[in-house]
Amino acid sequence: MSDTAAMDHENEASFGDYFSLLKPRVMSLVVFTALVGLIVAPVPVHPFIALVSILFIAIGGGASGALNMWFDADIDAIMKRTSKRPIPSGKVEPGEALGIGVALSGFSVLLLGLAANWVAAGLLAFTIFFYAVVYTMWLKRWTPQNIVIGGAAGAFPPMIGWAVATGGISIESVLMFCLTFMWTPPHFWALALFMKADYDEAGVPMLTSTHGRKVTRRHILAYTLLLAPVALGLGITSIGGPVYMAVAVAANLWFIKGAFAILKRTEEEATADQYKAEKGFFKFSLAYLFVHFGALLVEATLRGFGIGGW
Amino acid sequence: MAITKDHELHKRRFSRNLGVGISLGVLVAIVMGLTVVKVSVLDPARNGTYRAPAVETPADQPAAEAATQTPAAQAAQ
Repeated sequence: MSDTAAMDHENEASFGDYFSLLKPRVMSLVVFTALVGLIVAPVPVHPFIALVSILFIAIGGGASGALNMWFDADIDAIMKRTSKRPIPSGKVEPGEALGIGVALSGFSVLLLGLAANWVAAGLLAFTIFFYAVVYTMWLKRWTPQNIVIGGAAGAFPPMIGWAVATGGISIESVLMFCLTFMWTPPHFWALALFMKADYDEAGVPMLTSTHGRKVTRRHILAYTLLLAPVALGLGITSIGGPVYMAVAVAANLWFIKGAFAILKRTEEEATADQYKAEKGFFKFSLAYLFVHFGALLVEATLRGFGIGGW
Repeated sequence: MAITKDHELHKRRFSRNLGVGISLGVLVAIVMGLTVVKVSVLDPARNGTYRAPAVETPADQPAAEAATQTPAAQAAQ
């Protein structure tokens, strides 16, 4: 065996490398929100159908992640955070990622349609299209509003979960979509504030580079204020209740307080304490979504005992 | 001559083959499970929710309609 051949084999992908193409961490959020959408829906679903439907939604989300990694391999190689992904690290060929992405997309949509219904399958197909084409290929490198519109892709899973159970779309599922949709901008812009070098070097037009950091801070506050009525509005629908409302009020007040704190800070202050407030806001934003969907789950469980809801 | 010494490369390939094998096994189990659930549990003919479509019999026809079909009525027409 020549030295070159030996080196090629050193870089050969394991199963884990192919699995990481599916962005397992993003997948966990997709699974959680889709599961909540399915459970809080008023129509019961057979447990096996529910299990495989969530699995296909997760695979569909993962497939769009693989397509994203295929298209973004050039900028992933530049950014420190993404440089160890399977394609920039040379473990997986771009063509393999494309093949896996396309095959799993078709597979997940088809099987979700057969297992549950074609409304859910159609929504999953649109989600994959939106993330891979609208966000990755079009918006991401073109506009600083990329994550605002692209955030829709991450917001669809609870709507798909709801459609698996009911076969349709309703005000509750639209508000669950809006909750994740409005939450995405403040979540990612807080990240962009303290991960500035990465996006700038890759040439991705984040709001921080195109409009400045002061504008980004104002945008975080604006979207946080717009998010609150959506979160509270969900509480007065058929899937809300006193537990959800208490959680939503507390979480939104805390979130708005954090956004005001970010607005007041200057760059000098942020650099001095290594973006403590921004990092704290980002960490809380992860908990924010979890507690809202968790509270919906609690309401659904309580309704099972006849004590949940309004 | 048989290869007796395992290289790290063999372990990596084994993990890949095992992963693909398990994934295919899970797919077969899912398709089979779906078939069982759809056919035996969710099939209306088997779970007691099936309702036969209504078939009209002469007894179901409204009296007025039946009256128009008497010889006297037909003669009047």
